[in-house]
Amino acid sequence: MNSLMQKEFQTIQSISGPILVAEGLQEASFGEIVHIKLADGTKRLGQVLEVTEKFAVIQVLESTQGLDIATTKIRLTGEVAKLAVSSEMIGRTFNGRGELIDNGPELTIQKRLEVMGSPLNPVMRDQPADFIQTGISAIDGLNTLVRGQKLPIFSGSGLPANELVAKIIRQAKVKSGEDFVIVFGAMGLSFREAEMFRKDFEESGAFEKVVFFLNMADDPSVERILTPRCALTAAEYLAFDLDKQVLVILSDMTNYCETLREVAAAREEVPGRRGYPGYMYTDLASLYERAGRVKGKLGSITQLDILTMPDDDITHPIVDLTGYITEGQIVLSRELFRNGINPPINVLPSLSRLMNLGIGEGKTRADHRGVADQLYAFYARGVELKKLSSIIGEEGLSETDKLYLDFANKFEHEYLNQMDENRDIEDTLAVGWKLLSMLPKTELKRVKPALIEQYYGK
Amino acid sequence: MTQTDVKQGFISRIAGPVVEAKGLHAAKLYNVVFVGHLKLVGEIIRLRGDTVSIQVYEDTSGVRLQEPVVDSGRPFEVELGPGLLGSIYDGVERPLTTIAEATGIYIARGTQVAALDLEKQWEFTATMKVGDKVLAGDVIGTVPESKGVLHKIMVPVGTEGTLAQIKSGSFKVRDTVAELEDGATIAMAQRWPIRIGRKFHQKIAVDTPLITGQRVLDTFFPLPKGGASIIPGGFGSGKTVTQQALAKYSDADVVVYIGCGERGNEMTEVLTEFPHLQDPRTGDALMKRTVLIANTSNMPVAAREASIYTGITIAEYYRDMGYDVALFADSTSRWGEALREISGRMEEMPGEEGYPAYLASRIAAFYERVARVKSLGAEARIGSVSMVGAISPPGGDFSEPMTQNSLRISGAFWALDRNLAYQRHFPSINWLQSFSLYLNVLKPWYERNHFSVFEDLRQEAMGLLQAEQSLQEIVQLVGPDSLPESDQLILEICRMLKEDYLQQSAFSEIDAFTPLPKQLTMLEALLQYYRSAKEALHRGVSLKALRSLTIKQQLARMKEVPYPHDKAVLDKIKDEVKTQISALEGAQ
Repeated sequence: MNSLMQKEFQTIQSISGPILVAEGLQEASFGEIVHIKLADGTKRLGQVLEVTEKFAVIQVLESTQGLDIATTKIRLTGEVAKLAVSSEMIGRTFNGRGELIDNGPELTIQKRLEVMGSPLNPVMRDQPADFIQTGISAIDGLNTLVRGQKLPIFSGSGLPANELVAKIIRQAKVKSGEDFVIVFGAMGLSFREAEMFRKDFEESGAFEKVVFFLNMADDPSVERILTPRCALTAAEYLAFDLDKQVLVILSDMTNYCETLREVAAAREEVPGRRGYPGYMYTDLASLYERAGRVKGKLGSITQLDILTMPDDDITHPIVDLTGYITEGQIVLSRELFRNGINPPINVLPSLSRLMNLGIGEGKTRADHRGVADQLYAFYARGVELKKLSSIIGEEGLSETDKLYLDFANKFEHEYLNQMDENRDIEDTLAVGWKLLSMLPKTELKRVKPALIEQYYGK
Repeated sequence: MTQTDVKQGFISRIAGPVVEAKGLHAAKLYNVVFVGHLKLVGEIIRLRGDTVSIQVYEDTSGVRLQEPVVDSGRPFEVELGPGLLGSIYDGVERPLTTIAEATGIYIARGTQVAALDLEKQWEFTATMKVGDKVLAGDVIGTVPESKGVLHKIMVPVGTEGTLAQIKSGSFKVRDTVAELEDGATIAMAQRWPIRIGRKFHQKIAVDTPLITGQRVLDTFFPLPKGGASIIPGGFGSGKTVTQQALAKYSDADVVVYIGCGERGNEMTEVLTEFPHLQDPRTGDALMKRTVLIANTSNMPVAAREASIYTGITIAEYYRDMGYDVALFADSTSRWGEALREISGRMEEMPGEEGYPAYLASRIAAFYERVARVKSLGAEARIGSVSMVGAISPPGGDFSEPMTQNSLRISGAFWALDRNLAYQRHFPSINWLQSFSLYLNVLKPWYERNHFSVFEDLRQEAMGLLQAEQSLQEIVQLVGPDSLPESDQLILEICRMLKEDYLQQSAFSEIDAFTPLPKQLTMLEALLQYYRSAKEALHRGVSLKALRSLTIKQQLARMKEVPYPHDKAVLDKIKDEVKTQISALEGAQ
C-alpha cells in the first residue's frame, strides 16, 4: 500500500468543469482523497466518485484552473476525507476544507475523523427536550426551538435571515444556563455577510466560542461539498466527545445545492427536478440528520440552516427537500418585511415539529400549547378576512369579523414585531394573552377553560 | 452444487451504492452477496454478460476494485418467528438495539447480527400430536408472544407429512420443535424471501372497517381491514402525526411501522412513546403489538429500498396466523426515490421525472400484497394486511408520478392540504378532495352493527360541506352578509363541522381517539343544531339569535367528553339544542 502512495499517475483523459477522468487508478477506493499536482508544484485536493477497471472519475475540490492533461499528476492518499479535531478548535477559523487559515498556533490534534460521518443509530438517539429561549416571540411562542433540533430558516434574497440568526446566537439560552458553542459553516458567503457576522460576534463577545469553516463566494464552489461535513464533524466531536452544547449554523444551503447540481451536470448524470440530482434528498439528509441528542451523552447538536428560496418559491426543490428532512421551518416573508415588521417571520407556514417536547408545565408554562394554537387559529382567520375585506370592503364584515381583522393587524405589529427587544417566555405569553383578550372568551376554543379563567384579560 | 458454480467474484466498478462485479457465474437475480473485505451486504439487481450489478445496503466508501464478492446463493430473506413484536430493525431486518450494543452510537458497516434473539426461551405449546398429518400453513403449536398476540407456529411452505415427534416445552427460536416422519424438522423460526408475497389459499373480499378513532377518516373516508390507502401531502401537512396517531389507535392486532427514509428523531419519538402507551384492548404496552422498521434518511439508500419489502413480509407473516395487521409506510416516496437513485447509478433510461420506467409496475405489485386472505393449512385462518402509505410529493403537487401511480391502485385517498395545516386545522385532510372507494363494501357492516344511520349523516354533512364550497366563492365576491340567512346558516354549520368535528387534536388525551359510537352521536348533535336552526329560521327566528345560543359552546366541547360514558352527556347536549332553539321560537 505504501509504495502505492508514492506512485503518481500522469494519465488524465479529460477535464470538464470540476470533474476529471483518469486512467490506471484501479487501486483507488471509492470516496478516496487524491492529491492533484500541477507542473509548478502546487497541490490540489480531489475525491474519487467512481472507479472502474478502465478509469476513475475524480471531483476536484478546488479550482480546476491551470490543470492540464499533459503534465498534471495524481497521487492516491489511501484515505477518505478526514478532519483533524481538537478541543482547541473553538475560537479558530478554518477554510472550507478544514485547514486552519487564521495564522494562529497549530492545533494539538486529538483525533482524525472521517468527514462523511456515519448514520446515528435511531435507538441511540435521545429525544430533544430542552426549550431554547431565543427571545423572539414568533419562535419561542409559536415555533419553539428545542435543543437537538434541526430548524432551517427559509429566506428570500434581501430578507434579513443572517440578522435573525445573529440575534439567535446572541440571545439563545437554556434553563440550565449552559452556554452554546457555535460551529459556523459558511458556503459561498459574501464578504459583506461574513463581516456582518464577524462584527456581531465581536460586539457580543461570542467570537471566543465560535468555530468558523469559511468557504467564501470567491472560493472554489466544489469545496462546498466538504464545508458542511467538516463543520458537522467538528460539531459531533465537540458534542459527543467533549459534552458541549453545539449550535451549528449552515449558511447558505442554496449555494451548497447549486454545487451538487454543478457536479452532477459535469458528470452527465440523469437530472431530477430542475436539473438537481435525483440523490439530493439523500445527500441533504446526510447533513441535516447529523443533529440531535444521544443517549448517555451530555452534549447536543442543534442546527439552524439558512436557505435562500429562489424567487421566494417554497416549492423549489432545495427548499422542498429540506422541509421534508428538517424538523420544521421558519419562513421569512417579504410582505411583512416591507411593512416594517422585524423579524419578518411568517408564522402561518412556519412550524416546529418538536415544539411539544420543549413546552408546557415545568418547561415553559401550562398554557403555552393552547395559546399558540389559539393565536394561530385567530391569525389565520384574520388573514383570510384581510383578503376578503380588500375585495368587499371592511363595511361588508360582521362585528366579530372586524375584531378578527383588528386582531391580525395587532398581532403583526405587537407580537411579531419586536425590533431589538429580547423577550423572555413569560413576556411572549403575556403579549399573546393581551391579544387573545381582544376577542370574546367564547371564541377561545383551543384553550382549556381553566386556563382561560386564569389568564384572559389579565 | 456442481463444480461450475463459482461463488466468488471480484469488484469491477464502484459508483456509490451500486457496485459491479465479475466472475460470479452462478449469480441469480436478487441473490444476496457479500461485497469486499468488509463483507457489506448487497443484492444482485442486474445481470449483463459476465457483469453483475449489485445494490449495496451499506456505505461503500473505502472499497476498492478487485476486492472479493461472495454470492450467498439465496435471495434476500427475513427471519420470522417469536420475538419480532416490540423490535426495531433497519431496512434489512438487523435489530438496531443489538447493533447499538455492538458498535455504539453510530451504525458501523459490515455488522452481521441475527434478527431474532437466539438465546431467549419461549414457551411452546403443541396443538398437534404425533401421527397427525400436516400441510404447509398448518398450526402445530403456539407461543404466547404478548398479551394480545398468540404466536402461531406454522408449517413452512414446502414441508408436509406426518408428525413423528412434537412436544411442548421451553425452546429457543431455532430449536427443533417438531419432526416429520421423513426426517424434516420444524423450528419456531422460518425464513421467507422479501420480494415474493407469502403464500395463501385465496384472497377474500374486505368487509370490516379498520377503526382508527380519527373522525374525518372513520366517518367520511373509511379504510377496511385488508384495504390500502394513500396519504399524500407536502412537508408540514401532518403526514407523520397522522400516521403515528393511526399506529397508536387503529384496532389492528399487529402494527408494522416502516420509517422509510424519514427523520431519525421521529423514530425516537415512537420508540420513547410506544412502550409507555397502553393498548386499550389488551392493557399491554403498545410497543408489544408493534414492529418498527427504521431506515432513516441518512441510512443507506439501498436498504431503504428493501425496507418496505421487509415490512410487508413481516406483516404477511402475522396475517397468516389470522391477525389483522396494519402496515404504515412513511414515506413511500423515499422508496421511489431510492429506486430512482439506484436506477440512475445503473445508467438506465429514465422515465417520468427521472424515475425508472418500471416504477408503476413496482408500486402496483407492492400494493397488491395488501389484502384480506384465507390462509394455507387445513384449518384456514382469515387475516388481513391493511396499508397506509404516506407520499411526499415534491412541492405538494399531486400530479407527480409517485402519487399518481399509487392513486391508481389504492382504494382510499386521504389528501393532506397544506393550507389547512397553516391554519392549524389537524388532521389537515381535505374533505372535498379525499375519497374512499370502500364505502359500498362496508355498508353491510354498518347495517349489521347498528350504524346504518351513519350513512345518512355522512351524506348530509358532506352535502353541506360541498354547498359551503360554492357559497364561499360567492362570499369572496360579495361578502357573507349579502347571502340569504339560510345560506349564512350553512356557512355557520360548516364552520362548526370543521372546528368541532373534523379538527381533532392528536395531543389531547381524550380527543385523540373517538370511538365510532361517539362519532355518531357527535355528528347527530351537530346536524340536529342545523336542522332545528333551519326550521327556526323558517319560522322567523333571526340568525343572530341562533348564533348567540350558549349550546354552541357545549357542542364545541363535545370532543373532550370522556368515553365510554359519553352517550348520556352527548344526548343531553342534543336535547338541549332542541330546547334552546324552540325557546327562541317561543320568545318570538
